[in-house]
Amino acid sequence: MDLFEYQGKQYFAKFGIPVSPGDIADTVDEAVAVADRIGYPVVVKAQVQVGGRGKAGGVKLASDVAEVKLHASSILGLDIKGHIVGRLWIECASDISKEYYASFTLDRAEKAHLCMLSAKGGVDIEQVVEEDPDAIARLYINPLDGVNADDLAKLVDQAGIDEEAKAGVVEILEKLYHCYIDGDADLVEINPLILTPAGKVHALDAKVTLDDDAAFRHPEWNEFSLTQEGDARELLAREKGLNYVGLDGSVGIIANGAGLAMSTLDVVNQVGGTAANFLDCGGGADADLLADALEVINSDAKVRAILINIFGGIVRCDEVAKGVLIAIDRVGLTTPIVIRLDGTNAPLAREILAPHISDRIIMEETMIGAARRAAEIANKGSK
Amino acid sequence: MSIFIDENTKVIVQGLTGSQGRFHGLRNRDYGTKVVAGVTPGKGGENVDGIPVFNTVAEAVAKTGATASFVAVPPRAAAEAILQAAEAGIALIVCITEHIPAKDEAVVYARLKRDFPKTRLLGPNCPGLISPGKSNIGITAGEIALAGGPVGIVSRSGTLTYQALHELSQQGVGQTTCVGIGGDPVPGTNFIDVLEAFEADPETRAGIMIGEIGGSEEERAADFIRDHMTKPVVAYIAGVTAPAGRKMGHAGAIVSGSQGTAQAKMDALSAAGVIVAKNPTEAGEKMVEVVRNLQ
Repeated sequence: MDLFEYQGKQYFAKFGIPVSPGDIADTVDEAVAVADRIGYPVVVKAQVQVGGRGKAGGVKLASDVAEVKLHASSILGLDIKGHIVGRLWIECASDISKEYYASFTLDRAEKAHLCMLSAKGGVDIEQVVEEDPDAIARLYINPLDGVNADDLAKLVDQAGIDEEAKAGVVEILEKLYHCYIDGDADLVEINPLILTPAGKVHALDAKVTLDDDAAFRHPEWNEFSLTQEGDARELLAREKGLNYVGLDGSVGIIANGAGLAMSTLDVVNQVGGTAANFLDCGGGADADLLADALEVINSDAKVRAILINIFGGIVRCDEVAKGVLIAIDRVGLTTPIVIRLDGTNAPLAREILAPHISDRIIMEETMIGAARRAAEIANKGSK
Repeated sequence: MSIFIDENTKVIVQGLTGSQGRFHGLRNRDYGTKVVAGVTPGKGGENVDGIPVFNTVAEAVAKTGATASFVAVPPRAAAEAILQAAEAGIALIVCITEHIPAKDEAVVYARLKRDFPKTRLLGPNCPGLISPGKSNIGITAGEIALAGGPVGIVSRSGTLTYQALHELSQQGVGQTTCVGIGGDPVPGTNFIDVLEAFEADPETRAGIMIGEIGGSEEERAADFIRDHMTKPVVAYIAGVTAPAGRKMGHAGAIVSGSQGTAQAKMDALSAAGVIVAKNPTEAGEKMVEVVRNLQ
């Protein structure tokens, strides 16, 4: 789960990482009230989970009430790469001498935690990685050992952090590591981490991705999930407990298992179709869940055909067949469905579906055959 | 021969009294796997369909001589269960549990490496492994596998593993061992471990490798195949059409920036002399050809 900047800063603050004083605002009046309270000048920042908001006009400096009103009203409702701004973060403006970059994440290849630190912050770090890889200093951390001050001091030297900022950066890295570990984040990133003319180091931005699998240890994360963004299809899927990613094509896809679902997308593409989504109905899908999955896909107006590709292991094919029939009844599904079933109880499933076979419920023997049929129907339907 | 397990492997099931453990543990026993004990703290002395349950792995090992463990416990208990098995001297730990926090996985991996270097962990979040006709540990439906070899399968995905088994069995091509390494960010066993075992196993004469987007394990496997494998390998990588930045179900399956794309993996494998198929059906067909040419 990705946090908004303001949530990330609140998360940082819990672990003692210095951030600029500020608050959220959902209206122009609220923005003014926050600015009046924290003092001018302030920065008005769009809260969206997408990069490049600065360039899109989503971050503005305001030195008085009139400017806060002007910027807050122009940024609220702004469309930044398809994300509509509904919330602002207003914070005290900072004087900046230097901009650094700092992050912790898990390096899968090394199977260790990785700290990255650079004196070249404030810009797209991916670009720094490509153009000047030596500008990023790396420290691998054995999860059993954690970080220690000596290693961090070396890292800070290696990254070329300015002398007057070194102690402050080390202190923040120690806190950021605790935020990453104890806060169960997949990623914590500060870009930029700034040095002020007064010699203070603090986080000007906050990017935090939480590990959803650790949610059971963090009941306090509930408030974050309430504010999650996503398209309507994805929110509906999440509510139903389905693993769904929305795409732009015309063939709706349901498969069991992430690998088979991904592979089904590929095969649909190879036979000339376009996938409308990735949907893994999971290892334990029963008839009701299958019907829920069909309901989610049916909510997508672009879908012209639905492909169900199931290899029953734990999932029983007869439950899938029943789910199809329930969905047709419950949601008045009219989009043609192409079904391929193998594995546990597949013969029984075929028996259940046999009386219903029509132009709208079509059985195919193989994964490729089913993909081809679904793509054909979808392509015809969209012309 | 098979790798990692055979018809004599004695297996305990951690979490046998739970619904997953009971269902799959009994299914494995029905297949012929020597399931000798279950472990559930606090339920020692009970039995599940005649299989004795112990409070700790150490007790179960002392009483039965088991060398393998099938871990089917909930995510919050999984890390501790794996470490308990390692401490009791279990040589092969198969963990099917999904949704274990990444931090816990990283700690388990580091602990095993430092304190129990001889213990092999398969998974977490994997379907397990099956040596057709001999032993099946995990959630694979035994009836889709075909005994007799000569193909070894290694895969990051569960249902795609079944698809691969199905494609081969349908064509009359048997398997020596089919190993699901799992789709999580920190797998205990990786492609190279399994490919190395297939290369060393005289009965395995060719291998199928099924990868997916995310990480760089497939690229590392390509280097290994180029430098160390004499046996033919067919590969399929899922997720060519997956968009960047979106997790495709598995915690590990994500394309970030230019890292982890299916195309990069296929190119690396191709360059290493691997036969790369564009879908699971084609992988099966290519393997049929490979096997025919082995005679």
